[in-house]
Amino acid sequence: MKLAEISRVIKGEILTCRHAPDLDIQSACSADLMSDVMAFSKENAMLLTGLINPQVIRTCEMMDIKVIVFVRGKKPQQAMIEMAEEKGIALISTDYPMFAASGKLYVNGIHGRGE
Amino acid sequence: MNNVIIRDFDIPANDFTMAGEASSNVRKILTQLGVSPPIVKRASIAMYEAEINAVIHGNGGKAHVEIDSSKVTIRISDEGPGIADLELAMQEGYSTAPDNIREMGFGAGMGLPNIKKHSDIMEVDTAVGKGTVVLITVYLSERT
Repeated sequence: MKLAEISRVIKGEILTCRHAPDLDIQSACSADLMSDVMAFSKENAMLLTGLINPQVIRTCEMMDIKVIVFVRGKKPQQAMIEMAEEKGIALISTDYPMFAASGKLYVNGIHGRGE
Repeated sequence: MNNVIIRDFDIPANDFTMAGEASSNVRKILTQLGVSPPIVKRASIAMYEAEINAVIHGNGGKAHVEIDSSKVTIRISDEGPGIADLELAMQEGYSTAPDNIREMGFGAGMGLPNIKKHSDIMEVDTAVGKGTVVLITVYLSERT
């Protein structure tokens, strides 16, 4: 699923502009615990999280995760947005809570295991 | 790649803004060297977990990284309190991280097991009151 479609499905706002144009997300991980994210090893994956700190960006950098969705209307500070831009990671903010955002993406074709 | 690339980094204590900077640098070097993405990812995760551990538990520390044609070796050392029961610390879910670290999304007791999972060789040298050294080796060719 392309970034614009992800954003449309969860009524999100894309906060970055320097992300890879050919992103095609196939799997997702929803977690507030970065330790859990580090144990997730699917390719072409995105992260949904309610946690906002620079380590979310760092963790995704290490995990090759190219899209982060901040749920429940949370918005990162400018420094985090700049950090994500530098690493080519797209940030989206949505008002949906984690469960609803995950569910909407799931029924639209993004499954946890990337089937 | 005949030469050995050596890099040293300081890991600042209790600075979560900078935590991961060393791992991010090594990740870039490995990528620039053309190492395959799955191996870059394994080395990055193993080093990042060890770096985070040094920030959380070790009052910061140092990272010494050597990359040659066949492997990357990463030595993360700290002068923190050491690990009292290494066998217990290697178990998934066991953690001594304080609440403020858990609020940052870490401290689930997956650090050391995850380092082991993503490295080809992992050695831990620790002594209570003296500190901990984690030595990680990741081979740069695909495992068969």
